[in-house]
Amino acid sequence: MLPSSIEYYKASSVADAVGKLKANPDAKILAGGHSLIPVLKLRLNNPSMLIDLGGINSLSGISEENGYIQIGSMTTHFDLASSAIVKSKIPIFAEVAETIGDIQIRNMGTIGGSIAHADPSADWPVALLVTDSVVVTNERQIPAADFFTGFFSTALNEGEIVTGISVPIPANGTKMTYKKYPQPASRFAIAGCGVAINSINGNVSSARVAFTGVSNGPYRDTAVETALLDGADADTASKLAAENVYIREDHYASPEYRKEMAKVFARKALEVVLG
Amino acid sequence: MSNKYIGQSIKRVEDKRFITGKGRYTDDIQLPGMLYAHILRSPYAHARIISIDTTAASKMKGVVKIYTGKDYEAVNGVPCGWQVNFKDGTTMREPKHPLLVTDIARHVGDGIALVVATDKYLACDAAEEIKINWEVLPSVTNAMEAMKPGAPIVHAEYADNRAFDWQIGNPKEEVDAAMASAHHITKLDFVNNRLAPNAIEPRSYIGHYDPVYEKYTLYTSTQNPHLIRLLMCAFVLGIPEHKVRVVGPDVGGGFGSKIYHYTEEALVTLAAKDLGKPVKWTSDRSEAFLSDAHGRDHISTAEMGFDKNGLIVGLRIKTFANLGAYLSTFSTCVPTYLHGTLLQGLYTTPKIHLDMTCVFTNTVAVDAYRGAGRPEATYLLERLIEVGAHEMGIDPTDLRFKNFIPPFDGVTQPGYQTQVALQYDSGNYAPVLQRGMEMLGYENFKKEQAESRKTNKLLGVGFSTYIEACGIAPSAVVGSLGARAGLFESAQVRVQPTGKVSVFTGSHSHGQGHETTFAQVVADKLGIPLADVDIVHGDSDTVAFGMGTYGSRSLAVGGSAIVKSIEKVLEKGAKIAAHKLECLVDDLEYAEGKWTIKGTDKSISFADVSLTAYVPHVYPPNLEPGLDFSSFYDPTNFTYPFGCHICVVEVDADTGKVTIKRMIAVDDVGNVINPMIVDGQIHGGLAQGIGQALLEGVNYDSDGALQNGSYMDYAMPRADDFPMFETDRKTTPCPHNPLGVKGAGEAGAIGSTPAVVNAVMNALWHKGVRDLSMPMTPESVWRAMNKK
Repeated sequence: MLPSSIEYYKASSVADAVGKLKANPDAKILAGGHSLIPVLKLRLNNPSMLIDLGGINSLSGISEENGYIQIGSMTTHFDLASSAIVKSKIPIFAEVAETIGDIQIRNMGTIGGSIAHADPSADWPVALLVTDSVVVTNERQIPAADFFTGFFSTALNEGEIVTGISVPIPANGTKMTYKKYPQPASRFAIAGCGVAINSINGNVSSARVAFTGVSNGPYRDTAVETALLDGADADTASKLAAENVYIREDHYASPEYRKEMAKVFARKALEVVLG
Repeated sequence: MSNKYIGQSIKRVEDKRFITGKGRYTDDIQLPGMLYAHILRSPYAHARIISIDTTAASKMKGVVKIYTGKDYEAVNGVPCGWQVNFKDGTTMREPKHPLLVTDIARHVGDGIALVVATDKYLACDAAEEIKINWEVLPSVTNAMEAMKPGAPIVHAEYADNRAFDWQIGNPKEEVDAAMASAHHITKLDFVNNRLAPNAIEPRSYIGHYDPVYEKYTLYTSTQNPHLIRLLMCAFVLGIPEHKVRVVGPDVGGGFGSKIYHYTEEALVTLAAKDLGKPVKWTSDRSEAFLSDAHGRDHISTAEMGFDKNGLIVGLRIKTFANLGAYLSTFSTCVPTYLHGTLLQGLYTTPKIHLDMTCVFTNTVAVDAYRGAGRPEATYLLERLIEVGAHEMGIDPTDLRFKNFIPPFDGVTQPGYQTQVALQYDSGNYAPVLQRGMEMLGYENFKKEQAESRKTNKLLGVGFSTYIEACGIAPSAVVGSLGARAGLFESAQVRVQPTGKVSVFTGSHSHGQGHETTFAQVVADKLGIPLADVDIVHGDSDTVAFGMGTYGSRSLAVGGSAIVKSIEKVLEKGAKIAAHKLECLVDDLEYAEGKWTIKGTDKSISFADVSLTAYVPHVYPPNLEPGLDFSSFYDPTNFTYPFGCHICVVEVDADTGKVTIKRMIAVDDVGNVINPMIVDGQIHGGLAQGIGQALLEGVNYDSDGALQNGSYMDYAMPRADDFPMFETDRKTTPCPHNPLGVKGAGEAGAIGSTPAVVNAVMNALWHKGVRDLSMPMTPESVWRAMNKK
């Protein structure tokens, strides 16, 4: 549980961080560190350098601009859980933030660090997927659906750093929620389901349903979404969840159980938004 | 005497330093020139070292020296402290537990090399450069698998993996006959899941050698410094005890895991002398999972026979206990004398037989963990009686009342002689269950449960009534049972000239609050302010001797030794007082910190007598100066706390997740000195007992690797896993020690576990669920409910 020797560099700007990262391809970005530091202590990864984004003030903060909520990548989970703008405009982000780890982790961990790490059981991807958020980097804008590419993998290029998340403010009347079934030790999701729906005259007009913890990465479940658009109720639609997808297994939950829990937590989430 | 402190919830005096982060633990100690050790551990459960090359590692930055098993071939292994014999009388198998592996690693985490460097990070870096050529051997981690023909053999010098077999109780044929006569037999297969102890402070040791005085010092996170000194000096290193000081400073929890003498203690001691500098080793959390002795790990088939009225007629148990790869200090007595002897429980069962096989496996050692054998015994009994009640359609509380041993006080009535060697000191068992049922509101609960069934809500209640043997115990008894040490306790009460009191106890506090509880006893017995008492422990150079703290023994044994010394102080003090007051000793009475001539207002204070003892100008002839007494207390029996734990659960029909709605504990731990501290002990024990039932369990994969050796995977209980605990007490004083105390440290972990499992079973019985295994993870309960 002791990391090997690592050079620590506190970046002064995004350009500075990107420059360092390009000059040191095996460097790692430190963005809170609640996933990275344990990996280093277990010596599962031995980067030559840590480039800390913690000193770049412009990367922290939440603001509303032109119909979007802009979230800096170094914004902590706690800041998102307690932000008035987030609670009123994109409440699922506050709901998700509350379920992450414990108070110490929420005070140190950041949304950008979490999504760049892309743990297949992390909570944030669900919020990004059901809101059609866009990941902003130093190079480009990447729709969330394209950003998460699988097991601990993302669309980020070498030398590319997440600088923010751009969340389109949902239309009035959008109902959204996140229901999470945490593993009792890590409190990561065994299954987590986020949903966002809009209805016109009681009929579902748009539906987004996303899962984490269930497969090798977060994903939108189109079977459930289609059923909802076709008027299925929570019980019926949730039964379609997590079919035709690879289901993870670990010592705590078998694929059979995990798949069933995806359906159970889909139902719990859908009962909230349809109820 | 005074009555100011005993029975009061005095806030813990030690907490000021702990809650301000100022506790002084072993790893906080920095000695000049200190070096740091890292231990390279086996990644394999069973593997032969074909070659080991430390050349490159030795040249790494900061490395002072690297030791391997070959360096210790002439050194003894760490010993087992308790000899148990096979059924046929032959001595148990006791393979050498070397300080470092010489040829074959026998569990993941077995020590291979000790790297000493100027910095712990550099030591860790160098360990990665040690080159080992391994031949991986087949391994076995499960005790029952290890006893099957053809199983990999852990120690090739033996024909099979038995450490020993053992039995206790009535002759097997008598028990078989009783079972044959039974109207109903409840038979269950049990796994008592293996637990990692997880004290908050990982183990830490510093070896130090002073060449001028030719004296060693070992700082160690231990529960018993004197025992470590005895074991390390006499059994391992062969160095004289009077040249070794062992200090157990503040210690952050033990739960049993810090009783034992570990290889690393001897390693740092030898290295310190060899290198002429202090050497520190501190375990990290991953290493703790791999190298601290684990707990429990029994596999049993158990049967309880009942007659047509529900009276228990017999109990027959066959158990395989996993001892791990080597015999840890108390590993052999836990599944035998701390387990088999408790199978009487609270019941009048006339015929009992336990057939025990203790087994070597390719796992780290298994030894005492909070409760140590008694939770395993309680689990068997309380699951069997509850399942029996459900099977026979009898209320589980009625079945218990029917079978309880009738009350006995151990004073006017004799103690209760069990079928399994022990004689209980005093007991009155029905009231704890009655009180628990009252707190539960059992009749209302039954109505609520019936209502909840209509909406498919899965509510259940589970009971457990337990007894434990604590305050271990009479040296002659444990000696006759194979203990290689005595189990008394020592205490010195040193009255300072101004009447302040220093108490040196051989008990060791590592969370129990002795500095408060013991001071309450001393302050009241002497009638002086609590602040005038200092409790000193944990240093073999200041405390005369000690057997340490485990088995809920500190107050019952260590506290009694203190009382004996106080009695000597008061006896001598009275002689001084009588001389000063010019009266006879018999004319004096002692109260509120002064001796008074009966019927007068003439008195002399404790402080004045103390000063006179050290300034003996006007002094009784033929009396030595000073006021300082030591005592050794060796009890006449164990103590026998008992109680009733009741759990109410709700099972989520969708997920199988169990939520504890209520946890009720009514414990009889004898007299109570500090109710708050006892409550704290009960709460902590309940958390661990519930943790075993619902969350915790060490998993090995098919290669013998630990699957859940981190807090990301090993589920420790947390506050939000529990409701507020509801506790109450009954008091049946211990008849054979001066404080009437029985011990409270383990009760919570002993009674609670079966109550939780029984509650889940009760919630699901109507769905046909019969088989539940611990930990009752949501998936396991979901599978049981859905027959998957």
